[in-house]
Amino acid sequence: MSGGVDSAVAAARAVEAGHEVVGVHLALSRNSNTLRTGSRGCCTIEDSMDAQRVANILGIPFYVWDFSERFKIDVVDDFIAEYQAGRTPNPCMRCNERIKFAALLEKGLALGFDAVCTGHYATLLTDELGNLELHRSNELAKDQSYVLGVLTQEQLSHSMFPLGHTASKAEIRAEATRRGLAVAQKPDSYDICFIPDGDTAGWLADKVGQQTGEIIDRSGNVLGTHSGSHSYTVGQRKGLNIGRPASDGKPRYVLEIRPKTNQVVVGPQAALAIAELAGSKYSWCGKAPENPQAWFDCEVQVRAHADSVPASAAVVGEELVIKLNEPVFGVAPGQTAVVYVGSRVLGQTTIDRTVSAVPVEA
Amino acid sequence: MSAYLDHAATTPIRPEAKTAYVKTIDLIGNPSAIHQFGQSARRLVEEAREELAKAIGATRNEIIFTSGGTEGDNLAIKGIFWSRIAEDSKRKIIVSAQTEHHAVIDTVDWLTRHQGAEVHWVKLDENGVIDLSALAEFISQNHERIALISLMWANNETGVVTDISAVTALSKPFDIPVHSDAVAAFGHIPINFQESGLSALTFTGHKIGAPVGIGALVVARGLKIAALQHGGGHELGYRSGTLDAAGASAFAAAASVTIATLSEKSTRLITLRDRIISSVLAIAPDARLSRGDAPALPDNAHFTFPGCSGDSLLFLLDQAGVAVSNGSACQAGVAQGSHVLMAMGRSEAEAASALRITLGWCTTSGEVDQFLAALPVAYQGAKKAGYTV
Repeated sequence: MSGGVDSAVAAARAVEAGHEVVGVHLALSRNSNTLRTGSRGCCTIEDSMDAQRVANILGIPFYVWDFSERFKIDVVDDFIAEYQAGRTPNPCMRCNERIKFAALLEKGLALGFDAVCTGHYATLLTDELGNLELHRSNELAKDQSYVLGVLTQEQLSHSMFPLGHTASKAEIRAEATRRGLAVAQKPDSYDICFIPDGDTAGWLADKVGQQTGEIIDRSGNVLGTHSGSHSYTVGQRKGLNIGRPASDGKPRYVLEIRPKTNQVVVGPQAALAIAELAGSKYSWCGKAPENPQAWFDCEVQVRAHADSVPASAAVVGEELVIKLNEPVFGVAPGQTAVVYVGSRVLGQTTIDRTVSAVPVEA
Repeated sequence: MSAYLDHAATTPIRPEAKTAYVKTIDLIGNPSAIHQFGQSARRLVEEAREELAKAIGATRNEIIFTSGGTEGDNLAIKGIFWSRIAEDSKRKIIVSAQTEHHAVIDTVDWLTRHQGAEVHWVKLDENGVIDLSALAEFISQNHERIALISLMWANNETGVVTDISAVTALSKPFDIPVHSDAVAAFGHIPINFQESGLSALTFTGHKIGAPVGIGALVVARGLKIAALQHGGGHELGYRSGTLDAAGASAFAAAASVTIATLSEKSTRLITLRDRIISSVLAIAPDARLSRGDAPALPDNAHFTFPGCSGDSLLFLLDQAGVAVSNGSACQAGVAQGSHVLMAMGRSEAEAASALRITLGWCTTSGEVDQFLAALPVAYQGAKKAGYTV
């Protein structure tokens, strides 16, 4: 229970369904600043107290469990390391993979619980053979199946998502109001919870320092200097501060970050178009395909709040390779590609490499 | 069936205190008012003051009513520091221990960050016992620069008792005031303010069966302290604010019955405590009694359980109807790794594996039985869940 409206209603629905529910709030930071002043994050003292108040109203026990050390190692340090490696990580995904449905679930199972129930907007269905399937929420605008794409069959079998069958977020807020939960109108949290002011570049600069380096084009011509390559993300256009315009007069975009040489590669928007993605750290969400080496039609989503695009995928050697039917712009290594068949989440991979849709030209 | 074994957090109200409170709460009149109503209320406050003075071995004018332990510690430490440094600007050092309650540590820390104080943390052994010879040496070398010494009478987590008279014997030749937070000790072991040689002592009501919200600071006659809150000049000007006649009466009633029955209660609780200690060590052979062989309170048994998270143990015991504590300060429900254990040289993992069982005036043998019956399952479960912080 984060202290937000979604987990509050999820808990209420689980209680109403007759489960024996215990509210658990995760303490994910020992940094008192984050605890005391963070208004955007999800683990401030205020959030914890809001969660406890909801548990009181629902008449369920409530505890705060400290996962701050695990969170630091598995999510925060991973986030820093990924940026240092020139990749764009998704910390919420890591948190689901390693904290909420791993460390928390393991602890819960050891302490006698059966499942972790969260306020994610996603739906669990059972196929005719009894296999669990993760599907998108009915409420597509809030659908969070993407960040749950890392869950395995085993994890799904110990998960509950009572908000999956929901017409709209407004319905959840109305239900919270009807149930007398004070968090009914609490704003949604969007930013990375451990960066309370939302300034990711500034936060990273603080953690890893800033080292100036070259901004180059794809032919290696030096166009300018940057003040720290981790301040840039693939697809970024603003803030490059390159004095000279491109020869074609069109704006330039960040195409690639090369941490080893501390270089930021820029080029035309067309060069951002990606035709193929691949990654070796892939997993199947629920039952794996019968023959993953055979190409199959699917849809792929590369960001939490992006549309999915038609593609075909197959396991080739060590990698899950995804060929996009139409190019996708601004995909960076480190991001997660989640593969859907219809509304069902089939699996995911962390993207290791991308193949450009257009030939290299400066 | 449930067992409440967290009396050090707060203990159930004594019937005598409840009776006194209920009787007094209906009376009309501000104790500072001049009319007969006020005088009647004042009489109750002063009777309570005398009763408390007697219970703690002080004189009536040395008792300053407060809202509780935290206020008492703040008033003593800030009040003495400001008064001492006003007399002599060299007196910047506060001597204290890192095993103190946060009401002391954070007050000292605030004074160092905002008021130019310097802190000297005393040397402790692995049981949290103060190294008196090191303290003697520090005092003899720095006595001109010491504003005050603040050392707790008994530790609220581990129950370890400080030899307060030995501390005051060291400070006496240099006229350095010594304050002691006796919140955990009062009502559990004999305390006599006059004989202790202390200049100030904090104690509070709700740890001995009075309501929350009433406590007292004992300030020795002749010690000057600066006030923290200003207003009507109540309590000799040390602590302005309308006097709480009902709270004071209940506090005095709880203190009187506690002191009158102290030795029989101690004997009874020591038997229960020792049964807990031997049984816990039999159930969890790797558990460690935190105080070691140091002198300790009769009501306290504090352990670390290697490989377990204290919060797992607490959860599983709570589910079995047994209320205990991780013993450390909570922030929004998060049990922080015990700063007391860390100050005793324990690792962070050990500090997060602590469990405190504390007994009180109404603890029954049946409650101890229930705890000991629930512990094996909780211990195995917590062991399985591991150290997850």
